[in-house]
Amino acid sequence: MKSRISIRTYHEELSGFTQRAWVAAILVGLAFTILLARLVYLQIWRYDYFHTLAENNRITVVPVAPNRGIILDSHGDVLAHNYAAYTLELTPGKIHDLNTTIDQLATLVEISPANRRNFFKLLQQSHNFETLPLRNRLTDAEVARVAANRYRLPGVEVKARLFRQYPHQTEAAHLLGYIGRMSDADIRQLESEGRYDNYRGTDHIGKTGIEQSFENQLRGTPGSDLVETDAQGHAVRTLAHRDPVSGDDLVLWLDARMQAIAEQAFGDHKGALVALDPRTGGILALVSMPEFDPNLFVDGIDTSDWDSLNNSPDHPLINRALRAAYPEGSTIKPFMALAGLHDGVRTPTDTIADPGYFRFPGSSHRYRDWAPNGHGMVDMHRSIVVSCDTYYYHLANDLGIDRMHDYLSQFGFGHKTGIDLSGEVAGVLPSRAWKARFSKQPWFPGETVICGIGQGYNLTTPLQLAMATAALANGGKLLRPELVKTVIDSATGKRTSIAPDVIRTIDLPPEQRQVIVDAMIDVTRPGGTAVSAFAGAPYTVAAKTGTAQVVGLRQNEKYNASHMEADHRDHAVFIAFAPADNPKIAVAVLVENGGHGGTAAGPIARAVMDYYLLGKLPKPATTPAATTGNTANAD
Amino acid sequence: MLIKRRIAQISGHLDYPLLALLFTLMLLSLFVQYSASNESMPHLLMHSGNMLFALVLLVIVANVSPPYLMAIALPVYVAGIVLLVGVALFGDVVNGSRRWLNLGIMRIQPSEIMKLGVPLMLAWLFHTWGSTLKPRHYAIAGGLLLLPVALVARQPDLGTALLIAASGFYVLFFAGLPWKVMFGFILAGSASAPLVWHFMHDYQKKRILTLLDPGRDPLGAGYHIIQSSIAIGSGGVFGKGWLQGTQSHLDFLPEHTTDFIFAVFGEEFGLLGAILLIAIYLAIILRGLSIAAHAPNQFARLLSGSLVLAFFTYVMVNIGMVSGILPVVGVPLPMMSYGGTAMTIVMIGFGIIMSLKTHRTLIKS
Repeated sequence: MKSRISIRTYHEELSGFTQRAWVAAILVGLAFTILLARLVYLQIWRYDYFHTLAENNRITVVPVAPNRGIILDSHGDVLAHNYAAYTLELTPGKIHDLNTTIDQLATLVEISPANRRNFFKLLQQSHNFETLPLRNRLTDAEVARVAANRYRLPGVEVKARLFRQYPHQTEAAHLLGYIGRMSDADIRQLESEGRYDNYRGTDHIGKTGIEQSFENQLRGTPGSDLVETDAQGHAVRTLAHRDPVSGDDLVLWLDARMQAIAEQAFGDHKGALVALDPRTGGILALVSMPEFDPNLFVDGIDTSDWDSLNNSPDHPLINRALRAAYPEGSTIKPFMALAGLHDGVRTPTDTIADPGYFRFPGSSHRYRDWAPNGHGMVDMHRSIVVSCDTYYYHLANDLGIDRMHDYLSQFGFGHKTGIDLSGEVAGVLPSRAWKARFSKQPWFPGETVICGIGQGYNLTTPLQLAMATAALANGGKLLRPELVKTVIDSATGKRTSIAPDVIRTIDLPPEQRQVIVDAMIDVTRPGGTAVSAFAGAPYTVAAKTGTAQVVGLRQNEKYNASHMEADHRDHAVFIAFAPADNPKIAVAVLVENGGHGGTAAGPIARAVMDYYLLGKLPKPATTPAATTGNTANAD
Repeated sequence: MLIKRRIAQISGHLDYPLLALLFTLMLLSLFVQYSASNESMPHLLMHSGNMLFALVLLVIVANVSPPYLMAIALPVYVAGIVLLVGVALFGDVVNGSRRWLNLGIMRIQPSEIMKLGVPLMLAWLFHTWGSTLKPRHYAIAGGLLLLPVALVARQPDLGTALLIAASGFYVLFFAGLPWKVMFGFILAGSASAPLVWHFMHDYQKKRILTLLDPGRDPLGAGYHIIQSSIAIGSGGVFGKGWLQGTQSHLDFLPEHTTDFIFAVFGEEFGLLGAILLIAIYLAIILRGLSIAAHAPNQFARLLSGSLVLAFFTYVMVNIGMVSGILPVVGVPLPMMSYGGTAMTIVMIGFGIIMSLKTHRTLIKS
């Protein structure tokens, strides 16, 4: 080495250079070998891995949302359907300043303060880099204006989407329910059930009513587009396409016209009506008043709309037909009479003398009849026709609460009906065991007595009452209330009818039943409590009126509706089925604070039955039939 | 007749094996640039124009005689230093570093000049010192090398600084820098790595960390490396075919016509294409080393040897970076990447090599 620094010849210099050139060549060779090894590693050893990554980069699976199944009434009238419309959607992840972009957009299309509010509400709830709608239902001109300015609006898109619409608006809203944007809770639920894949491409899900309970049938299966996208996420071309499968269509038992007639008949009253086909359990009408417009919910309800619905003292969002339980009032009496016959406590001819009250031996407390002076001699038939309270005080006392409980539960009282709608309550059918569950006090005989006229602890939903009435009408078959008559497979067009679901067959001997039905027929005839409601009806109706007390009266107080607060007035209850000899329809009506069943609730049932049995439409000029029951003179 | 002789004279100063290899590279680059630019004809014409311009310069430089090159070595070096100082004082800031000098009529990047200026200067120096070399000669050479490297590193442009350092170092290497000194520097360099790390800019540290684990920031610093690895890896043995590369055509691959052109090449032509390309580079380097080894004097040997190894360094740093074994440094792939300056510098370098080879009879040691 040192020699090189000392004197060197040209040849030494040259050989030194040649040596170093060789070293350089070898190092170059080594370096390139490392490069090649790296390339072999990338391109052979890890080819599959990188190939997959490149394909994932390149190919995006874009889900194609299926058409949600439509919902039809029994005549084919459309209750819920879809329509295509353009929406203006923003991808927050691609926009620097949302407010500026929205301001820019506002110069092109109309954007209301509510649109902005809803957008920012959605933004808070959104969970990933999804697009969020700013405005729906763009007009063609608006679509064109946005499209022309798209180049200066990154992150802004116009999308064609399917929207759910309920063309009958408020009609049958509680039964149909609505769809709405999926919440984080919905998504977690779907993920835990492993069904989230089925929701790719949409962000809506059935929230209430049939839309919720038949979600799986209505939903359909999403299709997909295999799209080649560039690094900016713009689609370059479609590589493959799989069609979505539309959801099944549902044909309901519901008759939209009957529903409309019933709702109209309620007028301004709150309350509920359930009309069943006693042969099948099919729900012909299900009314809960007041109503709401489900269309408001589809794209996220506006805060002010929500507040007005949610904070209303009338609770329009509650489905009173199955989520509100009321005392049955005297409509319990036909079932009580059957219990008496069934348990051998009464024969049809057993007669009592009614002084206008019932009193336990040795007690001065009077359980009063609605008729202060009583009804005189009363047998079972007459006890129903004139709705004698004293008769049922005695009967209840003779039966005892537990026998009443056991028999009435046969008709479904105190149990959920099992209808395919969420939120149903079971109501209360009291018994000693029931009371023991929440109270240290024993059961008192006086509690039995007032239960006998449906005024004690008993609470029943209008749906339960309708189901029990239908069971009485059809001779003892307790049928689960059915919403859907037929499911139409959208792919094959195959129609699947839903068979009636018999919950149980009640031990109801025809001769015992006939006693009660005959009495219920006479309820609608002169001398009966519902004579005015069914005067002149060309079909025979078996009915029972009822009045459910909202507030208790003191011993010597008299009920006088005109002196009471509107919301303390009695609820009017009414059950009926017709034609009495071959029942095709069974109805339960409850009018909140309506007063007397025969006058307030009866005409609503009449309107429904006239339509159903005679095809009669209500006269358009007449005001709704229900009037305030200011005369509680007959119950 | 005169023109014919003149042409013969001019073409007599070219090295045809080297030229043929360079032409092959240019042909390949036309194909891959057409694909990488999403089949843009204007882009291809620009690229061809750059190549033609660089080719003309190559032919001109090849006809410049070595004594003239020796004569300009010192002026070029001094001018380069002056310009670098000018950059440091008055340069335009682009992307956070001060690299460009605005001369009124044009903007130049003086660091590019030094890629040739430094080896030219050092080769001339060692040539004049003759064969009696003392440690102070290496020290002086080292000082003259470190001055421009430091100025460029301060811009900051660490990549170019390292390339200039490499080209100067190669002169010292070929001039006979003792092995123990080199090993000493390597040891000292390794030992001082933590210190170097301490003085590095954040973005430079990030690049090193990204090299070690590209997944730590897949959308930021790691994005380039991840996407180019995907491009190369998904090319497989045979490649996806010309114009079929999805990574580049769909814009996943950044800088795909410039620094990352090799990823496009690897994606479309696969391992076999990459082997061919590297083989051509290797052939050019070996041919260059052979020319250097047969050069008639020390100046020619040192200059051509260092220019060839500098060329090798560009190739190695670029492909190493694109394939993920070296940190991301903005170094184009010679002759393949789009961009006139880099190509011109490389072609002038080959012009010098050809001049040194073909003027051998005219100079004496």
